Amino acid sequence: MADEPKTPDHENPSVLDDIGALAKGLKTTLGEYFSPQVTTEYPEEKSPRSERYRGRHYLRRYDNGLERCIGCELCAAACPVGCILVIAAENSDENRVSPGERYAKTYEINMLRCIFCGYCEDACPVQAIVLGPEYELSDTSREKFIYTKEKLLEPLPPDVQARLDSKGK
Amino acid sequence: MNNLYNDPIGHWVVVVLAMVVVLFVLLTGTAYAVWMERVALGHIQRRPGPNRVGPWGLMQSAADGIKLAFKESFIPAETDRIIYVIAPTIAVAAAFLAWSVIPIGLWYNVQYWIADVNVGVLLIFAVSSLNVYAIVLGGYASNNKYSLLGGLRSAAQLISYEMAMGLSLVPTFMIVGSLRLRDIVDYTVHWGPYTGPIPLILLTPIGFVIYMISAVAETNRTPFDLPEAEQELIGGFLTEYSGLKFVMYYLAEYVNVITASALATLVFFGGWYLWFVPPVLAFFLKVVFFVFIYIWLRGTFPRLRYDMLMRLGWKVLLPLAIVNVIVTGVIIVLVQG
Repeated sequence: MADEPKTPDHENPSVLDDIGALAKGLKTTLGEYFSPQVTTEYPEEKSPRSERYRGRHYLRRYDNGLERCIGCELCAAACPVGCILVIAAENSDENRVSPGERYAKTYEINMLRCIFCGYCEDACPVQAIVLGPEYELSDTSREKFIYTKEKLLEPLPPDVQARLDSKGK
Repeated sequence: MNNLYNDPIGHWVVVVLAMVVVLFVLLTGTAYAVWMERVALGHIQRRPGPNRVGPWGLMQSAADGIKLAFKESFIPAETDRIIYVIAPTIAVAAAFLAWSVIPIGLWYNVQYWIADVNVGVLLIFAVSSLNVYAIVLGGYASNNKYSLLGGLRSAAQLISYEMAMGLSLVPTFMIVGSLRLRDIVDYTVHWGPYTGPIPLILLTPIGFVIYMISAVAETNRTPFDLPEAEQELIGGFLTEYSGLKFVMYYLAEYVNVITASALATLVFFGGWYLWFVPPVLAFFLKVVFFVFIYIWLRGTFPRLRYDMLMRLGWKVLLPLAIVNVIVTGVIIVLVQG
């Protein structure tokens, strides 16, 4: 029988090989059982984010308390989904909100529409708007997702402030 | 205590009390078997498993139960309504009935079981075979092709493996000479200086292996879970069941797992005897060990193909079980002269 093809040993395993394979499988899963877990217990423990992470927006102020935003609407123009609404008003000596000629009387961001691309931050000539690190933005009604100027003017988290300071912005 | 057993009214009081306790313990045990399965499978996959509801997620099953109880118990159109409703009931009834004869322990002369029947093992087999009716009827009544296929597969599988399972225990009965579970546990040997009960796996190791494999197939658990093979049959016979009727099937599955573990404990692992450990606790620990083995198998092996399942049942396990019976018989004759 010279022309009979030879079967390699591993294609013709004996019963003992089969049982060995089962035992090997059981040993593997038991080993995994006692291995350290790879999950992150999310609400208690958060995975680290990049320092350039783009989360919710903040409007910044100067050190003297004046708002940076000058109401130029470049952010609204840059926004690919059109979720930013800026209505500007003139500054006067009695009511000075920002150092420039104009300021944003209304500044609203629709967080349901926002895609967190960060173009608004890039477009802003006075670095008034930045994207902070928070991503847990869920809420209970659609209205609450329209972030008003008061909400956006909340103080920046210190780590974001430090990053901006280090870049001299 | 003995007086109470002999008194006709006291006897019934004790039995009814035992039934209530067993039912309660079993329901709780099932809930924690589900929890244990989810945690153990989680660990095998290197994640923690449910750990949100209560300490270590211990209340998870309660939360699931409440959720399922409040779900709509939907009956699809064109089903055979009566059978559709009765089928899950059969599953639960059959699963719980087996525990009427399972002895849990003998502690300070108190018997921790409902009934001490002299054909206990036969009764367990008879009752656990009823499970196939629940699955076939449920699959048939659902008027769904996936349910029907799942049910039919289950029938074929249970018939194939029941024979191997029954025969795997026969050598034990031949050695002990009794079908009473208490006698099997109490089987005493006189080996040199040692006199006392032994785990019978020492005498019938092959029977134990066959029993474990066919018990997994009998309870429709992975790797023999063809009746509910998700990838091919959606949910198999469970497809059209929801709410409390689904809970009944689910409950029955886990009670059957615990029953099979308890039977393995009683027949092969010496029941409630374990060094100095108190009897009932020893029984509990052994059952937990076997339930873990079930989970471990589920976490390790992929599902068998249908023809492989049939080949393993008819061409491997059944002949092996028959040879095991014959060889054991020959050895008994030789030893006893």
